[in-house]
Amino acid sequence: MMTFFFQNLVNALQWGSFYALIALGYSMVYGILMLFNFAHGDIFMVGAYIGFGVATGLTALASAGAVALPHWLVLVLTILISMFLTSFVGMAVERFGYRPLRDAPRASAAITGLMIGIILETANLALLGARRISFPPLIRSVTYDIGGVYVTNKKIMIVVVSIALMVGLHQFVRRTKWGMAMRAMAFDFVVVPLMGVPLNTIAAMTFALGSALAAAAGILFAVAYPVLDPYMGIVFGWKAFVAAILGGRGSVLGATLAGFLLGFIEIFVAMIFPSTLRDFIAYSIILLILVFRPHGFFGEPYSARLRL
Amino acid sequence: MLLTVNNLRVSYGNIRALHGIGFQIDEGEIVCIIGANGAGKSTTLRAISRLVPVEPGTGMRYMGKDLLAYPADRVVSELGISHVPEGRRLFGNLTVMENLTLATFARKDRKGIALDLDRVFSIFPRLAERKTQKAGTLSGGEQQMLAIGRAFMSGRKVMLLDEPSMGLAPLLMTNMFEALEDLNREGTAILLVEQNARLALKFAQRGYVLENGTLVLQGPSQALLADPQVRRAYLG
Repeated sequence: MMTFFFQNLVNALQWGSFYALIALGYSMVYGILMLFNFAHGDIFMVGAYIGFGVATGLTALASAGAVALPHWLVLVLTILISMFLTSFVGMAVERFGYRPLRDAPRASAAITGLMIGIILETANLALLGARRISFPPLIRSVTYDIGGVYVTNKKIMIVVVSIALMVGLHQFVRRTKWGMAMRAMAFDFVVVPLMGVPLNTIAAMTFALGSALAAAAGILFAVAYPVLDPYMGIVFGWKAFVAAILGGRGSVLGATLAGFLLGFIEIFVAMIFPSTLRDFIAYSIILLILVFRPHGFFGEPYSARLRL
Repeated sequence: MLLTVNNLRVSYGNIRALHGIGFQIDEGEIVCIIGANGAGKSTTLRAISRLVPVEPGTGMRYMGKDLLAYPADRVVSELGISHVPEGRRLFGNLTVMENLTLATFARKDRKGIALDLDRVFSIFPRLAERKTQKAGTLSGGEQQMLAIGRAFMSGRKVMLLDEPSMGLAPLLMTNMFEALEDLNREGTAILLVEQNARLALKFAQRGYVLENGTLVLQGPSQALLADPQVRRAYLG
């Protein structure tokens, strides 16, 4: 029984990592701009595809003998390069999708986000066709038997990389002046320029950070489940969005914990109930939590000041 | 002239808040704009800080530059015009120190920042004691100190002050105006906007009277304090 529990715990941590990484992007953008970036799930998809391109390219280089790249280095480079490239996709979404709507009703921005998502999905479809593509196996899977609990090196890697990224983000938001500006924007958007802080730079940076994390999630997901399709971001996006709400507006810690909690609830519900009921029961539980904590775990019951 | 404003017009939707006002501030001066609630005082300051859009025909020149060519953040970081907004608008989720540090976001002069920080703490020792405290937990007087300190850190050729006396006990008010006089002696020009006309005119060298978006009177503070119209309408 205990091994069964720990086996599921490992899975929950892995899925929680995906949700948390994506949820952070939702939460940060919502925190500073009071905007639900509904295209964010598709950024996760774009990140996975960019990762596919980078990984394929690097693998080809390595096997052609152009450069000596061990497999783990290919993976590390794939993650870093894809995070970097995907951050520009996020910044473009902010610059051309949301910035012109800064003063428009929030509903306009939400609709725009959904449209951008559809454009990203269909553009992918148009470019690469309707086939699913398989992500190159960058690391050989090794399974460890720890007291009856089977843990793969991939799962360990996924959880460790995710947590490292989250800790890094947390430190960035806590300790740097850009992070300070983000926290200030979440509290009182309009007077931030009076501190000499360029709002647009911080907004773009926030999208870049969120998109980079979503790209990391996309690649880590592809390492575990190496099949990509253009619509893979939709369900992930919505679930991570729920995690962001559950965590509380703009809270890095909240989004992280809620992402993991979501993973746990899903996996453990599936442990007890038939898997067809998994999401129904899991999200009913979350709905119930939100009834009692409508601002989420770390959300404060104030709304950011968006006007003078 | 340090700052010259001409024909300043601002509208909110269909409602015109400022009907083409003009005024100047000279280097090192303390100038006040008095007027009733809703006269357009805050809007005037927000227009200078570029927080609200102005209508075509408006002219604002600052040290020979076209102020309208600067976005809000560069008005602070490049032109040195700081703004203590109405209601202070501190970042309550940041500590006192973080509020002060954030105001130096665009500054590169580490030494200057350190000196200015010392200066703020010597003017307002209470802030030094409360450095690590969240700004949201400060008392009203301390919050006003922090709001002024923060503006000082961000830029201080000109300081725009929006109702700094609001919600302060008389003794705190006196302390605050003394601190502002200190800053002014060190070269910061001050544009003060106040409903409390007597207080503002005692503090400022010159004043303007704003009524329904139009400047109706201007002159040295002494003259305005003695003016029968001002006395009747604002000094009661």
